Amino acid sequence: MINYLWAFMIVAAFIIAVINGKTAELSEAALISVKDAALMCLSLIGAYSLWLGILNIAKKSGLTEKMAKALSRIIRYVFSGIREGSRAISYIALNISANILGMGNAATPFGLKAMQELQALNPDKSKASDAMCMLLVVNSTSIQLLPLTVIALRSAAGAKNPADIVITTFLATIVASITGIASAKILEKRKNKQ
Amino acid sequence: MSVIETISLLFIPLFIVFVIVYGIVKKTRVYESFVEGAKQGLTTSFKVMPYVIAFVFAVGLFKAAGGFELITQALKPVLEFLHVPGEVIPLVITRPFSGSAALGILASILKESGADSFAGRVASTIMGSSETIFYTVALYFGSVGITKTRHTVTAALIAEVCCLAASIILCNILF
Repeated sequence: MINYLWAFMIVAAFIIAVINGKTAELSEAALISVKDAALMCLSLIGAYSLWLGILNIAKKSGLTEKMAKALSRIIRYVFSGIREGSRAISYIALNISANILGMGNAATPFGLKAMQELQALNPDKSKASDAMCMLLVVNSTSIQLLPLTVIALRSAAGAKNPADIVITTFLATIVASITGIASAKILEKRKNKQ
Repeated sequence: MSVIETISLLFIPLFIVFVIVYGIVKKTRVYESFVEGAKQGLTTSFKVMPYVIAFVFAVGLFKAAGGFELITQALKPVLEFLHVPGEVIPLVITRPFSGSAALGILASILKESGADSFAGRVASTIMGSSETIFYTVALYFGSVGITKTRHTVTAALIAEVCCLAASIILCNILF
């Protein structure tokens, strides 16, 4: 899937650029985008280190274990195939919490940790397990309490009440979460039957 | 709204302080634990870098060539039939691929249509409620070597369409 999408975007970009007469822009866009991507990763080192450091304190003090115990039932219900007491449970819980609170910089390192744990449980290392698909769906459809970036942008654009979209955003993300989790559950059952 | 805002801004420092105090109470060596964990920040960031570069590169090319405009043109009749405001369509198309490109489009919608216009509010809601699906898939699956993504993208896109419909309906009711 990613293979085809990636190749498609690049080949299509070339063809469209030739038709639009924009081939000159391509090489510049290529260099700028890879530079931006590298700089973005470097700028994230600080935030990743902070959150993985805090996570390690929580792990060493037994806090994540406690959290995993409390949330074990619901998480293992949504994410199938995770054993009781697996470390993946607390990582998933932290990833979801960080997403809901709009802490994207914290959600990514927690999510990647959860992904590693899920991959360790996965029998086919090249094929995503049900729980891995669910983690991605949950990350793509997370409930959003406070979309700070959007509020800041609306405030800069002179909105009378920049935060008035908080309620519509919150409700829309609830719809996204429910439909996302439900579709993933239905699709995983259907595919597992085949 | 300011109450939610205050709580949410307070939450991050509060969470950090809580974890550290809990660690001290449980006699954890908090400083050493922090440093040990923080070491992974560097490796995580370097580990995901190639995936981020590969993806941002492809999106960058596609954007520069005018690919998103082309998809927008192609899908416009369908989306307009579904009552998506015309100004918002480029945002809907770009959002699953690139957060920064989508943010740029939102800024121009807010400037041209006004932040308090219907299109401005729908666009803000869509920006806040949806995610960069393809980027997240490339990053998370890439980092552990998964190539077969099964039903992930289908489920995420179904949710995205429902979320889009909900955004438009909610803005119609509430504003």
